[in-house]
Amino acid sequence: MVWFLTALALLLLGGVLSLVLSRSRKTASLVGAISASAGGAVVLLQSFDVLISGQSQSLRLAWSVPFGSANMAVDPLSAVFAVVIALVTMLAAVYGTEYLRTHADKKNLGVSWFFFNLLTASMLMVVAARNGVLFLISWELMSLASFFLVTQEDEKETVRRAGWIYLVAMHVGTAFLLVLFLLLGKDSGTLDFDRLSTAAAPSWVFFVLAVVGFGTKAGFIPMHVWLPEAHPAAPSHVSAVMSGVMIKTGIYGLLRMLTLFGSLPAWWGWTFVGIGVVSGVMGVLYALAQHDLKRLLAYHSVENIGIIALGLGVGVLGISYKSSAMAALGLTGCLLHVINHALFKSLLFLGAGSVLHATGTGELDRLGGLLKRMPITGATFLVGSAAISGLPPLNGFVSEFLICLGAMIGLSGQVSLTASPLMGVLVVGGLALIGGLAAACFTKALGVVFLGEPRSGDVAEAHEVGRAMRWPMIVLAGLCVLIGLTAPLWPVVLQPAVAAIVPQQSSIAAEAARPLTGVVVGSCILLGLVVVLVQVRRQLLVRRRVEQAVTWDCGYTAPAPRMQYTASSFARPLVLLFRLFLQPRDDIDRPQGLFPKHAVLHTHAPDLFRRYVYEPLFAAIVWTTSKLRWLQEGRIQIYVLYIALTIFVLFIWKLR
Amino acid sequence: MNVWLDTLLVLLILTNLHMLGSSRITACIRTVACQAVLLAAISLLAQPDGIGLRLLLLAAVTTTIKAGILPWLLQRAVREVGVQTEVEPIVGFTTSLLLGLGLLGAALHVAGRLPLPNDAGTSFLVAVALFTMMVGLLLIVSRRKAVMQTLGYLAMENGIYAFGLAFAIEEPLLVEMGVLLDVFVAVFVMGIAIHHISREFDHIDTDRLAALKD
Repeated sequence: MVWFLTALALLLLGGVLSLVLSRSRKTASLVGAISASAGGAVVLLQSFDVLISGQSQSLRLAWSVPFGSANMAVDPLSAVFAVVIALVTMLAAVYGTEYLRTHADKKNLGVSWFFFNLLTASMLMVVAARNGVLFLISWELMSLASFFLVTQEDEKETVRRAGWIYLVAMHVGTAFLLVLFLLLGKDSGTLDFDRLSTAAAPSWVFFVLAVVGFGTKAGFIPMHVWLPEAHPAAPSHVSAVMSGVMIKTGIYGLLRMLTLFGSLPAWWGWTFVGIGVVSGVMGVLYALAQHDLKRLLAYHSVENIGIIALGLGVGVLGISYKSSAMAALGLTGCLLHVINHALFKSLLFLGAGSVLHATGTGELDRLGGLLKRMPITGATFLVGSAAISGLPPLNGFVSEFLICLGAMIGLSGQVSLTASPLMGVLVVGGLALIGGLAAACFTKALGVVFLGEPRSGDVAEAHEVGRAMRWPMIVLAGLCVLIGLTAPLWPVVLQPAVAAIVPQQSSIAAEAARPLTGVVVGSCILLGLVVVLVQVRRQLLVRRRVEQAVTWDCGYTAPAPRMQYTASSFARPLVLLFRLFLQPRDDIDRPQGLFPKHAVLHTHAPDLFRRYVYEPLFAAIVWTTSKLRWLQEGRIQIYVLYIALTIFVLFIWKLR
Repeated sequence: MNVWLDTLLVLLILTNLHMLGSSRITACIRTVACQAVLLAAISLLAQPDGIGLRLLLLAAVTTTIKAGILPWLLQRAVREVGVQTEVEPIVGFTTSLLLGLGLLGAALHVAGRLPLPNDAGTSFLVAVALFTMMVGLLLIVSRRKAVMQTLGYLAMENGIYAFGLAFAIEEPLLVEMGVLLDVFVAVFVMGIAIHHISREFDHIDTDRLAALKD
C-alpha cells in the first residue's frame, strides 16, 4: 500500500508543481507528464504484484470525518482496474505533451496538467477506496477534474454546453449513489465496505440505485447522453482517458456492489443483458450515423459498455443459476473487455486526436487520403478499428468470444435455465449484430478518413505527427495484438479478480483457455497467410511496372475529390435499414431547373433519448421552477428574511 | 440571583430596543459599541469561579475590537461615503419597536423551554441572547442602508457571544474568538464594499441593488 500512496503523492505533487510552474508552458508540460508517468508506473508495478500473487493489500487510517475512514485496499479486482487506469493515463500523458503544445495556445497548461493528474489520482482512489465517504469524495473529485478538462476550450459555445450537460449528468448519477451509500450504511452505522449491510431496504432498491448511479458514469443507454457531447469537446488525450478508463469506474462500482449481496436474483442478470443489447446495438447504430470522428468514437463507447454489460449479465445469471462456469466466463469476458476497450478505444481517440492535430478538423466529410500522409496513425488506427470490431487475431475478439462461450453454456442446457434459449439468442445474436455493425462503421470511418483523396485543402497538406504522439499509439496497437495472441493466458490472469465476485475453481479458467488456444492457432494461421500473400504479391510485381491511375470515373471528364463516397452516403443503406430506431432526418434543398446552381443536403440522426426523454423532462423542470421565480426578489432584506424565517420555524418546531 | 447581572441584562435589552427605535445611523453605531462594553461586563460577572487573567485578557480584546475598532471603521465608512445619516427603515420605527417587543416575548418563551445543560438561573441570559440575535436579524431585514445591515450582523454576533456566556465555561470564549474574527473580516469587507457601491451607484440602498438580479 505504501507504493500506492507514493504514486498518489507523486501525481498530486506533480499536478501542483505543474500549476506553480505554469509560467513556462514547456516546464509545466514536462513536470505534468513525468509525474503522471512515474505515478502510473508505480501503480502498474504494485497492481501486477497484487494480480500475480493474488494477495490484496490494505490500509486503514482514522479520519475525523463522520462515517469516514481512510480505508483503502487493492485486491485483484481493484488491481485490474488500476492497471488499466495507470497504463492509459501514462500513455495519454506522453501524448498530451505534444498534443497540448499546439492545440491549446494561450491556455494555461499548468491548469490542464493539474486536473489531468487530479483525475488520474481520483480514479485510482475510487478503485482503492473501501469506505463510502472516501469513495464518494474520490468519485466527485473525478467528475469535477474531468469537467474542467472537458471545458478546456471554453471559448467555444459547444464546449461550454457539453460541459454543462456533463456536469449535470454526473451529479444526477452521484445523487443516486449518495442515497445508495446512505441506505447501505443505515443499519451498520459505518460506511466501511466490509461492514455495509443490505438490510435497510429491499434489494431491488439497491439494484436500481446502483444501476442508475453507476450506469450514468458508465454510459448505459438511456443515461448515455453526456458521452457524445463531452468526449468530442475534451482534448483528445483526455477523451482517451475518459472514454478508455473513466467510464469503467462505473462498471467497477457495479461489480463491487455485487460482492455485497449473497445471492443475486436472476432478473438482475436479465436487466444487464437487456441494457447490454440495447446499449450495444443503439450505440453502434448512432455511431454509424455520425459525421464527426470523435462523436462517432463516443457512441462506440456506449456500444462497448453494452458489450461489457452483456458479460456482466451472463455472469450474474450464472451466479443466480449456480453455474460457476457460466458466471466465471461471463465475468472474465466482462473484465477482459474492460481492459480491451481501454486499449483500443484510447488508441482510436489518440488516432482521432492525431488527425485533428494534423488537419484541424474531425469532420469526416472534409478528411480523406490520410493513410499516405500519416502512415503510422493510419496503421495503428486500422489495428484499433479491427480490434473494436471484434475481429481475430486482435483483443476485442477474445473478450467477446469469452462472453459468447458463457452464453453458450446457458444454451447447451447444462444449466436448468427456463429461458436459456432466449438468453443465448440475445447475447450471441446481440454480439454478432454489434460486431457486424461496428465493422461496417469502422469501414466507413477508416475508409473516409484514411483512404481515397483529401476532400479539403488543409487535409492535403497534413503530415505525420511527432514522436511523442506516435509512440503511445504504437504501444497501444502492440498491446492489442499482444492480448489477441496471448488469449489463453488471460482467463488465468483474471481468475483472482473474478474470484473476488464469485468463488470459483481455477479449473474453469484452464477449461476456458482450451478454445482460446484454438483461436490463437487460427489467428496465427491467418497472420501467416497474410504474410505469405504479401510475399506472393511482391514476387508477382517484381520487374513489372507499377503506376498510379484514376479509378473508373463514371465517364466524368474532371473527377474531383468531392465526388467520392461520403461518410453519410456510405452508411446510408444501413441507416435506412434501421430507420425505425434512428429516425434520420434530411434537410434537402433539391436542385431546380436544367442548370441548377444550388443544392444542399444535410443528414442528421439526432439522439432520440435526448429528444424524447431528456429535453421534455428538463423543459418540465424549468417550467416548474419558473413558477417559483417570484421568490427571487432581488432584495437582500427579503433573502435574509427567508433565512431568518426558516431558522425561526425550525426552532419553534423543534421546541414544540 | 446576581442583581448586577440582571441590571446589565436589562440594559442590554434597552440598547436593543434603542437600536430599533433610533433614526440616526451614528446613534446606532454607538449603541452597538455600548452593547459590546455591556457584554464584556456581563462576561466578567457571569463567571461563577472568579475572574482569571485569561478571562480579563479576552474581555479586553473583544471590547477593543467590538467597541473600538469596528465602530470606528463604520463611522469612517459613513463619513467618507457622505450619506445622509438617517436610517431609512422599510418597516417604521413604531412597528419595529412593537415587533421587537413581540420578539422579546418569543425569546423569553423559547428560552424557558430550551433543554439547557445548566441550571435555570441562566435562562434570563439565554433569553436576552436570543433576543439580541433576533433584533440583529430584524435590523438586517427591515433597514435599507448597507451600514445598518452591518450593524445588524454585529448585533447578532453580540447575541451569539451572550449565548456562549450563558454556558459559563471558558471554551465558548475560544469559539467566540473565531466568530469575532469572522465578523471583523465581514465588517472590514463590507466597509470597503459599501464604499465601492456608493461610488458606483451614488447610494448604498441595498433594496435598489434589486436591479442586479437576473
